[in-house]
Amino acid sequence: MFELRQATRSFAATLAVDGVDLSIAPGRTTVLIGPSGCGKSTLLRLMIGLLAPTRGTVSFDGVEVNPASAPDLRRRMGYVIQGGGLFPHLTARENVALVAAHLGWERSRIKDRVDELSRLARISEDVWERYPIQISGGQQQRVALLRALMLDPNVLLLDEPLGALDPMVRADLQRELKEVFVTLGKTVVMVTHDMSEAAYFGDIIVLMKEGSIVQSGTFQELDQAPADPFVTRFIRAQQSLTAS
Amino acid sequence: MKTRTALILLVLVVLALVPMSTRFDGPRVGSKKFTESVILGDLVTLLAEQAGVEVLHARELGGTRILFDALRAGEIDVYAEYTGTITQEILAGQGVSDAESARAVLAERGILMSKPLGFNNGYAIGMIETTAARLGIRTISDLGRHPDLVFGFSNEFMDRGDGWPSLKEAYGLPQRNVSGMDHDVAYRQLENGTLQVMEVYTTDADIRYYGIRMLEDDRQHFPRYDAVLLYRADLAEREPAMHAAMLALEGQLSEVEVMALNAQARLKHVPEKKVAADFLQSHFGMEVGTADETVWDRFWTHTREHVELVRLSFLLAVVFGLPLGILAAKRPRAGQVILAAVGIVQTIPALALLVVLIEPAASLGLPSVGAGSAAAICALFLYSLLPIVRNACEGLRGVSLDLRESAEALGLSPWARLRLIELPLASRTILAGLKTGAILNVGFATLGALIGAGGYGQPILTGIRLNDYGLILEGALPAAGMALVVQGIFELLDRLAIPRGLRLARA
Ligand SMILES: Nc1ncnc2c1ncn2[C@@H]1O[C@H](COP(=O)(O)OP(=O)(O)OP(=O)(O)O)[C@@H](O)[C@H]1O
Ligand SMILES: [Mg+2]
Repeated sequence: MFELRQATRSFAATLAVDGVDLSIAPGRTTVLIGPSGCGKSTLLRLMIGLLAPTRGTVSFDGVEVNPASAPDLRRRMGYVIQGGGLFPHLTARENVALVAAHLGWERSRIKDRVDELSRLARISEDVWERYPIQISGGQQQRVALLRALMLDPNVLLLDEPLGALDPMVRADLQRELKEVFVTLGKTVVMVTHDMSEAAYFGDIIVLMKEGSIVQSGTFQELDQAPADPFVTRFIRAQQSLTAS
Repeated sequence: MKTRTALILLVLVVLALVPMSTRFDGPRVGSKKFTESVILGDLVTLLAEQAGVEVLHARELGGTRILFDALRAGEIDVYAEYTGTITQEILAGQGVSDAESARAVLAERGILMSKPLGFNNGYAIGMIETTAARLGIRTISDLGRHPDLVFGFSNEFMDRGDGWPSLKEAYGLPQRNVSGMDHDVAYRQLENGTLQVMEVYTTDADIRYYGIRMLEDDRQHFPRYDAVLLYRADLAEREPAMHAAMLALEGQLSEVEVMALNAQARLKHVPEKKVAADFLQSHFGMEVGTADETVWDRFWTHTREHVELVRLSFLLAVVFGLPLGILAAKRPRAGQVILAAVGIVQTIPALALLVVLIEPAASLGLPSVGAGSAAAICALFLYSLLPIVRNACEGLRGVSLDLRESAEALGLSPWARLRLIELPLASRTILAGLKTGAILNVGFATLGALIGAGGYGQPILTGIRLNDYGLILEGALPAAGMALVVQGIFELLDRLAIPRGLRLARA
């Protein structure tokens, strides 16, 4: 799906992403994890072409992602930014239907698709007609996810989809999300900074530090055969937090 | 949502473009911004009307430059001027020293000059009659015998070429107690005896009011300011009846008569048109009816003129301002230039901007002065650009990076992102800019009266000239009222155009 070759992105003096080589396998869930500021979001932005790499290349299905190709490629990607990014001037339904309507889909086709998505993420009828400010954080995340799924993309790019939620809602939504991924069998790239969440979702976990990949593999591989003391430190730090 | 916005736009455009009045295409009389000139304009107008020609009097258009340019551009066909002004100001630096050579130079430019109307409105030196009689002063030379007299002159007269310095030299005057002050203040000081000698204009109404003796200029120091009519060479051919009728004024007005006319208007607040009609009746035995204009008539006329100025200039400001604001938001470099440019326009004084615009407007064949003046509309357009451009730019720049990124990631084109996401999100700020622009525009439009474009500024300026607070309020109150109405309209528009989701977020 995605092929990154020495992908590098710097902002002035900051090297946000530094020489990343990564390939994303289709049909699997890849989790990007690492401490805050290590470049996870930037890597995701490079993949969808919101940022151009300062060095190296990013390609999707064999096509290089660049300003010329990005608009077309994006139709095949669903992206949810950190925080959801729902448009406050549109209702939940309008948010989800926005692009389809812009592309000229018929009303009935839009309605059928939204109904279908409703069942997928258990959104009640009245929520659809509300504005983002009128619905809860968990519902906002669901709506944002459905907006990304509307055009049935091949790949989902999710930046901390469960970031700012309270633990109960979070646990519910984790289960729901996993169900969706399994049902749809889509390629997913997901960012989190929580190791247990990474272990729960990730077929492959990519651990990053200061813009570079420290190790990538299954949770078992990272836990049992750490490539660097940092890997163990990172896993331990999170476990001790959970324990206390 | 989309259809509603389109509907609003359509209504606004229609309101802005539907003609409210047809343009008058008969002959036009102009007048300067002071009482005597307006009365002379009314005299010409009434005479033409008596001769069966329908004319328009574009009242109080401005100063010499504006009137003469308007005459040359064919915006007006005739106005009253003074020979001194023609030689010293209009034809300054062209070696024209007397009225006859001025006549020839003007004729080459397609402008004809009538014979003198009979009075001289020039400078004179004045004293209270009783004081002058007591001291036995009849001529300016006589002043030489009284070195202790206190002189008070307007600041302009203190340093004019034909003012105090040269007067002193011409007559060898010995007085040392000479100071500059406001002209009206000088009259009051003369009355209470603080000073004994001042300069006057020979037809000032105040001369009679204060009982002033004008000293004889026995060495012919002051140039003559004989009133004449300046008119376009083709007028005789186009409007022979009017041409003949107005020239009946030649040699008919004496200083004393004009002074009395000025006094009627300035001191007794009789409308200029009535003053002119009364003169024609007593002098030529003409039965001239002047329907008394009611306050309401004037209110409607001024409202129409004001709306005319505001609506077109504001529509233009929106049509150009919004795209400029969008461009400024999207292209930071161009943005700096655009914002600086519209900002600088704000700092140009209104009169300067108006005068600068008259020439280009006239050369484009647009009405440059008077009602519906393109120069005034253009100036108002420029003045209302700043809030519109700046708010559009700020509003778009204020859309959060997250939301812009989400829109881009959805695969929407830049144009679709602008239309579907960014403009709606910026709508509150954009509308606030439009509101500010419209209210500023209503206020600034009162300045259109500086070049005779009418509107609520007209009674304000006339009121200032005649020192008539009633008239000033007649313009100021409706202008404030219109600003409130505009504010109300925009509050309604806010409800229609700001998406509901954003209004909820505010609550
Ligand atoms: N537009 C930008 N301009 C300048 N610096 C940036 C920009 N975007 C990111 N950075 C910097 O690049 C680095 C990586 O940022 P990034 O957002 O990718 O981190 P992250 O891993 O997603 O962090 P978090 O878990 O807190 O979201 C940080 O040091 C950040 O400050
Ligand atoms: Mg991030």
